[in-house]
Amino acid sequence: MTAPTSAPQSPATTDTGPYLKVNDLRVQFPTEDGIVKAVDGVSFSVERGQTLGIVGESGSGKSVTSLTIMGLHNTKRARISGEILVGGRNVVGMSEEQTRRLRGRDMSMIFQDPLSALHPYFKVGAQIAEAYKVHHPNASKSECRRRAVDMLGRVGIPQPARRADQYPHEFSGGMRQRAMIAMALVNDPDLLIADEPTTALDVTVQAQILDLLEDLQREFNSAIIMITHDLGVVAQVADDVLVMYGGRAVEFGSVEQVMRRPQHPYTWGLLASVPSLHGDADADLVPIKGNPPSLINLPSGCAFHPRCRYAGRNGDRSFTEVPELHQVQERGHLVACHLSEADRQKFYAEDIAPSAGVAQ
Amino acid sequence: MTETLVQEPGTEPVGPSRPAGEPLLVVEDLTKHFPVRSGMFGKTGLVRAVDGVSFSVRAGETLGLVGESGCGKTTTGRMLVRLLDSTSGKITFEGKDITHAKGGGLRQLRQDMQIIFQDPYASLNPRHTVGRIVAMPLQVNGINPPGGVKKRVQELLELVGLNPEHYNRYPHEFSGGQRQRIGVARALALRPKIIVADEPVSALDVSIQAQVINLLRELQRELDLAFVFIAHDLAVVRHFCQRIGVMYLGKMVEIGDRETIYERPAHPYTRALLSAVPDVTKMGASGRIRLEGDVPTPLNPPSGCRFRTRCWKAQEVCASEEPPLTVKSNGTVAACHFPEDGAIK
Repeated sequence: MTAPTSAPQSPATTDTGPYLKVNDLRVQFPTEDGIVKAVDGVSFSVERGQTLGIVGESGSGKSVTSLTIMGLHNTKRARISGEILVGGRNVVGMSEEQTRRLRGRDMSMIFQDPLSALHPYFKVGAQIAEAYKVHHPNASKSECRRRAVDMLGRVGIPQPARRADQYPHEFSGGMRQRAMIAMALVNDPDLLIADEPTTALDVTVQAQILDLLEDLQREFNSAIIMITHDLGVVAQVADDVLVMYGGRAVEFGSVEQVMRRPQHPYTWGLLASVPSLHGDADADLVPIKGNPPSLINLPSGCAFHPRCRYAGRNGDRSFTEVPELHQVQERGHLVACHLSEADRQKFYAEDIAPSAGVAQ
Repeated sequence: MTETLVQEPGTEPVGPSRPAGEPLLVVEDLTKHFPVRSGMFGKTGLVRAVDGVSFSVRAGETLGLVGESGCGKTTTGRMLVRLLDSTSGKITFEGKDITHAKGGGLRQLRQDMQIIFQDPYASLNPRHTVGRIVAMPLQVNGINPPGGVKKRVQELLELVGLNPEHYNRYPHEFSGGQRQRIGVARALALRPKIIVADEPVSALDVSIQAQVINLLRELQRELDLAFVFIAHDLAVVRHFCQRIGVMYLGKMVEIGDRETIYERPAHPYTRALLSAVPDVTKMGASGRIRLEGDVPTPLNPPSGCRFRTRCWKAQEVCASEEPPLTVKSNGTVAACHFPEDGAIK
């Protein structure tokens, strides 16, 4: 995994490079109230066999990013600029027909709510078979069905042949999510985007689904983007972590770096506000004050400054200058924050490290 | 199950010492069965949503109810505040049987007992101002607080961390966390003794969730409120509750104080549930107990122990004989033939 930079890189992608490369992606939606800057200059890349976790609160731009990669935005409504290279092909500006050919086989997506993502009117098996047929026009009907049943079995649905003939409402929540995963994987995609795939599920089912994704990734060597607000899930499955706030990347690094040695005050805040199964249960959680910002009217300078305990420690740069991602401490660990290296070390050691939430 | 567990051992409140005596709320062998019909002429069946649950809550105590979806925790909560009528069983509040309270008696009861709902977007009337929403419980009960309703409402808004000047705003002008605060203010309006909180923070972002948990903890301490806190997030429950009941398919499978439940639970299900929680302090998927399959349907629950179909310790006796809730060596009350012993790794 190469590190993202805030500046666009040369678009040359070799076969050995990362499968997905996003350079300086910007997505804006003009509305009556003003322009919503949903994603504002985000760059990252994911290699095959690797999992990138994207973390952030609602409205941080993580879902918009994934929908843009999939080419699911209406280009009449959304203003998209930048570059998204999927296996070397730029998705931005591609025609609807071309993206459709990529979707499913080269990249595919698992949505958060399987009940609204599956068609209630068609049998589960038929829906999966259709996804297969699209990319295998020469496959016979029975072949498609065999493939669908095979996939249902692979994702751990008991009696797949019988289940394939049932409707989505006859499935439990966990099974629906598995059916969605079967549909997303039916064409062996090289890139899989999972948008909060386990948020609606119970912890025991969530554990099953996460295990399943891990097994399938090992088998197909696909690149996975796991979008979630659950830092516990990220700690468990991700190789690299991208923390987003207000449409921008504020921290990036390996899971070790971000979870064990977080550097951005927002990441500190997230980790301190998560209740944990360990540590002092009677201690109060440390929430981040205030609310996530409006994407129409982002705060000046660092978008996080109104909620940051440390804003203004470095002159008034926090209020006037948008911080760029730059490397701190270790190689590949990038942070967008105006705090000086020394200050950050000091605050981290004094205020953050002793509290619960940061991985020990 | 019928030998009531009103006084479980090992349930001394964890927090500051409380006056011993009558528990505030006692639930005995509570059941709720929903009749359902399948197919057009189909057989009628019974969904055994809650099937013989007993517990008690003392004044100022926080009890957490945890379990997967469909375990009956929400139904139990709704029966407590009498939004649902129970099929059988008994609910006693302050020594009075309230199982069948009606009309004026019920209204009286709800002054002491309030509920906070999960979805802050659906539980507030969008056409009412915040002032009206929070004042509603006072008006319904014909209460005229000293200084007037408006003053009391503004005090309440301030108590939950909202700006009292927002009295005339509508719910849509608030964020999810703020709306949940409005719900809390409404629940506090009548100065209840116990609040049933049904997944109060699960719809909120993590940073906001922590704000609301801290608020509830503060209110609990300051007003000495008792809580029945229903949640599926075990980490949240750990930060809020002194005692925890674990439910599975309509049954209470284990109940005990926080430390024992989280450090050395007896029931295999409790262990599995805890090990499945992805924790920020733990990297990778090590040491997870992998439960196979889904929760069985409550229409036709397994014989004997209901957890046996997913339990790695299940033996023949588990299928034939339902394990009674008994005190286990770790100090919790659990329903298992082969309880676990020792601390969680």
